[in-house]
Amino acid sequence: MDQNATSPSGKDQSPNLRRVAIDPISRVEGHGKITLMLDAENHIHEARLHIVEFRGFEKFIQGRPYWEVPFFVQRLCGICPVSHQLAAAKAVDQLVGVEQLTPTAYKLRRLLHFGQTLQSHALHFFHLSSPDLLFGFGSDPAQRNIVGVLDKYPELALKGVKLRKFGQQIIAAISGKRIHGTATVPGGMNKALTIAEREILLTDINDILAWCQDAVALNEQIHTAHPEHQGYATIHSNFLSMTGSGGELELYHGGLRARSADGTKIFDQFDYRGYQSVIREEVRPWSYMKFPYLIELGKQQGWYRVGPLARVNNCDFIATPLAEAARKRFREFGHGGFVHDTLAYHWARMIEALHCAESIDELLHDPDITGTGLVTELGDKRSVGIGVIEAPRGTLFHHYQIDEQGLIAKANLIVSTTSNNQAMNESVRSVANEYLDGHEITEGLLNHLEVAVRAYDPCLSCATHALGKMPLQVELLDADGALLDRLTKGGNGMIERTA
Amino acid sequence: MAKLLLFGYGNPGRGDDALGPELIERIARLHLADVECQNDMQLQVEHVTDLAACKQVLFIDADMKCAEPFEFSGIGAEKNDSYTSHAMNPSALLHAYSRVYGKDAPPAFLLRIRGYDFGLGDALSDQASANLEAATRLAVELCASANLPIWREYLVNA
Repeated sequence: MDQNATSPSGKDQSPNLRRVAIDPISRVEGHGKITLMLDAENHIHEARLHIVEFRGFEKFIQGRPYWEVPFFVQRLCGICPVSHQLAAAKAVDQLVGVEQLTPTAYKLRRLLHFGQTLQSHALHFFHLSSPDLLFGFGSDPAQRNIVGVLDKYPELALKGVKLRKFGQQIIAAISGKRIHGTATVPGGMNKALTIAEREILLTDINDILAWCQDAVALNEQIHTAHPEHQGYATIHSNFLSMTGSGGELELYHGGLRARSADGTKIFDQFDYRGYQSVIREEVRPWSYMKFPYLIELGKQQGWYRVGPLARVNNCDFIATPLAEAARKRFREFGHGGFVHDTLAYHWARMIEALHCAESIDELLHDPDITGTGLVTELGDKRSVGIGVIEAPRGTLFHHYQIDEQGLIAKANLIVSTTSNNQAMNESVRSVANEYLDGHEITEGLLNHLEVAVRAYDPCLSCATHALGKMPLQVELLDADGALLDRLTKGGNGMIERTA
Repeated sequence: MAKLLLFGYGNPGRGDDALGPELIERIARLHLADVECQNDMQLQVEHVTDLAACKQVLFIDADMKCAEPFEFSGIGAEKNDSYTSHAMNPSALLHAYSRVYGKDAPPAFLLRIRGYDFGLGDALSDQASANLEAATRLAVELCASANLPIWREYLVNA
């Protein structure tokens, strides 16, 4: 046992606690480790989700010219590089004194963002989570994967493949290539969308809309028909998201809205450039990740959730009709109040995917989208730029300070997974209390914990995937720190008990 | 339909993980006829749609364990547990192809280039750069003779 560890609240841990470590988590983006702190009676005292996050990256970009940043930050993540590019681009716009983009540039960025969000949401549901939801959390791991879905639900799996592909086609059309494109420039975009490209993207749009509707219906059916899903890993939390000026769901640009678990507004339409006056990040010695909280509520009560569940709960309406109809059914399920069920993240995620598809359809029919006015006139340079967007996993903050030469002097990123940090710990604790018997780490327990974490679609960083680098290890230590049990899952999926 | 698809994968922002995409960039600059170059951070199931448009495919990846400077091998479809992670391996992708399209995937090969350091923000290591040179020479030769019997001779001689 780590005698120097402290609890999330910063208090010293009891000497009678036992630690269970699960390292790392599979089927989330990147790698992580779970430590469960048991008391002498084998009850879960505390849960800690350790994540190797982006702190090094903030240091890494110091000294770089500001105009390089949108392209460097794409390398944070193999799943949502576009989100980082766009958040950084918004910050860079401020650095070059741009308040408003041209209509074409603004709409191209929105189209890019909708394509990115659609493909990310499709990846998460169809590839990562649908196996759990369709086959059951405790089903055979050999079946509980995307190929198992292909075998048993081939039509559904193929829709997932094509949805993701469609999102990537949008990214490629706007960025010039599939990954690490160069779409944004200070004050605009650097490539117009041609009419031919637009027509190609419109070819399948009706299928895309229909498949997203099917995905919403499937998730709604799964969640409402399974009472055990509704209480699984469920916690009651505050929610943070951006909303548009009318209170609508807004993924690209808007004001910050925070509400408490009962729906009370904490702040609304707050200019995100002042985020540091409403959000503070707490550092805890056992984690690379910070723990953001709402200053008004304090460290203990101020943690919050972001992402699809927060956004769909938090908004007053969705501006596209099909997604709005789906949102209303979601709210009816919550009897008009917030839906706090952690697994309802999946349902909310597909409502957003439908909104993205509708928005893409709308934008592709907008004459401005193939315009050629891509860059606006730059204004007076500023030393600070703060860009915020709603990335697929939640509110994403990019904050840069530059020196007189235009080099990055300081950077601060609050990524979505960081905002969900405490919430994931709480959900893990909830599940572990139910499924850990205190004597043995089982694959069943491990997967139940992963199901809880996966609902948040956490990006655990990295995207490196070199062969042989994906072990999964579970350790059980007694109160004295002695190893009681260890399960190791190799990169080939083989499980070995080594203690 | 391009006769040959070269598909490199890896994160260009993570040191030697960039070997696959880097090799792809080099080949793409040659503008070879009937050769399509693709890259991505990691293999995912939707990449079956890329395979559908080719007659033969070469995957290119960084590998921490293969022999120096590279290993070239033929691969087949295999249902394996790489699906349970956030990325697939090439054999799993070939298996997914057969499930999606109801037929065998195109003949596939894997070029693994030895890497050493996968740190965030690192450039290619010197050793990996040297391995990349050797692997590029092989890839150019393979592109010049993209038919199965000749590639199989390279397997024998590898």
